[in-house]
Amino acid sequence: MWIAYKTIVVKEILRFSRIWVRTVFPPIITTSLYLLIFGGLMGERIGDMQGVDYLHYIIPGVILMTIITNSYASTVASFFLAKFNHSVEELLVAPVPYWIILLGYVSGGVARGFAVGLGVFIAVWFFIDFKIDNIFIILITFLLTSILFSLAGFINAIFAQSFDDISIVPTFILMPMTYLGGMFYSVEILPQFWQDISKFNPIYYMVDSFRLGFLGVSTSEFWVSILVLLSMITILAIFAFYLLKKGVNIKT
Amino acid sequence: MSAALFIQGLKKTYANQLEALKGINLRVEQGDFFALLGSNGAGKTTVIGIICGLLNKTSGNIEVLGFNQNSHANQVKKLIGLMPQEFNFNPFEPIEEILINQAGYYGIAKSKARIQAELLLKEVGLWDKRFDIAKSLSGGMKRRLMLARALIHQPKILILDEPTAGVDIEIRRSMWHFLGKLNRQGMTIILTTHYLEEAESLCRNIAILNKGEVIKQTSMKALLSQVDQQVLILESSTKLPQTIVTDNFKCERLDDYSLQVTLGSDVNITNVLQNLSVQGVSVEHVRSTQNRLETLFLCLTNKEI
Ligand SMILES: Nc1ncnc2c1ncn2[C@@H]1O[C@H](COP(=O)(O)OP(=O)(O)O)[C@@H](O)[C@H]1O
Ligand SMILES: [Mg+2]
Repeated sequence: MWIAYKTIVVKEILRFSRIWVRTVFPPIITTSLYLLIFGGLMGERIGDMQGVDYLHYIIPGVILMTIITNSYASTVASFFLAKFNHSVEELLVAPVPYWIILLGYVSGGVARGFAVGLGVFIAVWFFIDFKIDNIFIILITFLLTSILFSLAGFINAIFAQSFDDISIVPTFILMPMTYLGGMFYSVEILPQFWQDISKFNPIYYMVDSFRLGFLGVSTSEFWVSILVLLSMITILAIFAFYLLKKGVNIKT
Repeated sequence: MSAALFIQGLKKTYANQLEALKGINLRVEQGDFFALLGSNGAGKTTVIGIICGLLNKTSGNIEVLGFNQNSHANQVKKLIGLMPQEFNFNPFEPIEEILINQAGYYGIAKSKARIQAELLLKEVGLWDKRFDIAKSLSGGMKRRLMLARALIHQPKILILDEPTAGVDIEIRRSMWHFLGKLNRQGMTIILTTHYLEEAESLCRNIAILNKGEVIKQTSMKALLSQVDQQVLILESSTKLPQTIVTDNFKCERLDDYSLQVTLGSDVNITNVLQNLSVQGVSVEHVRSTQNRLETLFLCLTNKEI
């Protein structure tokens, strides 16, 4: 079982490292542009946010966005392709428990999230001078965020019937959620109504804790964020496991 | 001794309400070389998909070497190696990696898998290509890759779904040779095909699947004795006499110029022609009606449905 798990994870890591020009490199460029335009050029006019200057304020959000999109992209693309070229059958004919398949793909997503996140972090660090408040909080938030979105990507891949289906969710759900989750702003600047709405957006909690780790400022309690993330992970994991076990879109 | 494969009342209805399997019973003994014969769409791939855990069944029972699939799914999977009908590997993965990863899914460590992969790749003639990606292989090579992959975990039962479709004669022969060797070493082999010739030259026992039902399960010998009669159309250059007397073959007048004769395997065609010639029939053309499989199918489907 451990060998089967290792095989899946190593295969996933090799997959995104082989195409690093398409997987690891672009986010570094995008992030640098975000920081240059929003932080560097416009930041001066925007001023401080939660007592932090704007350029530094958006760094955690921008890195987290990269982690979210990459964890999601990793599992959705990889599992959809396995379905598409039928190589998923290599796993299904073998005695690999469904939870190992799930864990393997999610670990692959986390690995890619980590690789890209670290890449972006180093790039940012190279250009901008900043301190880290609490590395422990950063790592925990990264891990939970990455697991959650790897699971979401996996579920998307199970339902996807065509290549279009794997870009619909990221475009119409993930992007808006990310932008509205306070990636570029503090929810405190929103009217009360929208502040309350934001509390239903899981990304809000991730960005908030990530910011806590980097800057030491937050708008909600850290443990609340962790609880929200853990319960969402539990729900999605159970759902993904159920779909796999029933063989939805795979064994019918 | 428990059967290698025992299937009882297997049914499968696809999501579109198509009833692909209508309650199949099958028994394959250990060490057998077994053919599942049926035309396209008969349900062969569906049966195999269910045995190997690729498809959910609607109802029925499957046992592999005494292990029930419902309660011992993973033991069953370990015992079976599958070479599927359609290519189902990642086309961008190098060949040796495909085998080693597949072994990994079966829980075989890399060092051990490597040895087995080398053995198998040499056996199927792909060792020189081990670093190439699967996409670069020819059709026949891709099939041999899937054969090697099916054997990587040393299964007790090898299942091949139309193994030689699209493979040229020479490779087909060498594949048959290899399968024969595996069978002699004790491996149970089950293959599906729609060529009677393939089943005939390899298999000892056979089941015939038609529209989701097993219409016959018997030994190859018994089956061949049934089909070992040929139906020929003889065309005469002159008008046929009103009555024709025959002794050891069946003869039927189709029209004034043609006859349909049915010959057992013990009848000599020369004698038949001589016999007819004596009665004033001068045969100009001899035509075979159908291939033997068609004859067999028609025979069985008319009689037993
Ligand atoms: N995924 C599917 N959904 C619906 N019908 C299917 C599916 N797969 C196969 N069938 C149908 O089931 C029948 C049996 O197919 P199959 O098992 O592939 O036959 P064979 O392998 O003997 O050619 C065919 O009529 C086929 O069209
Ligand atoms: Mg088929």
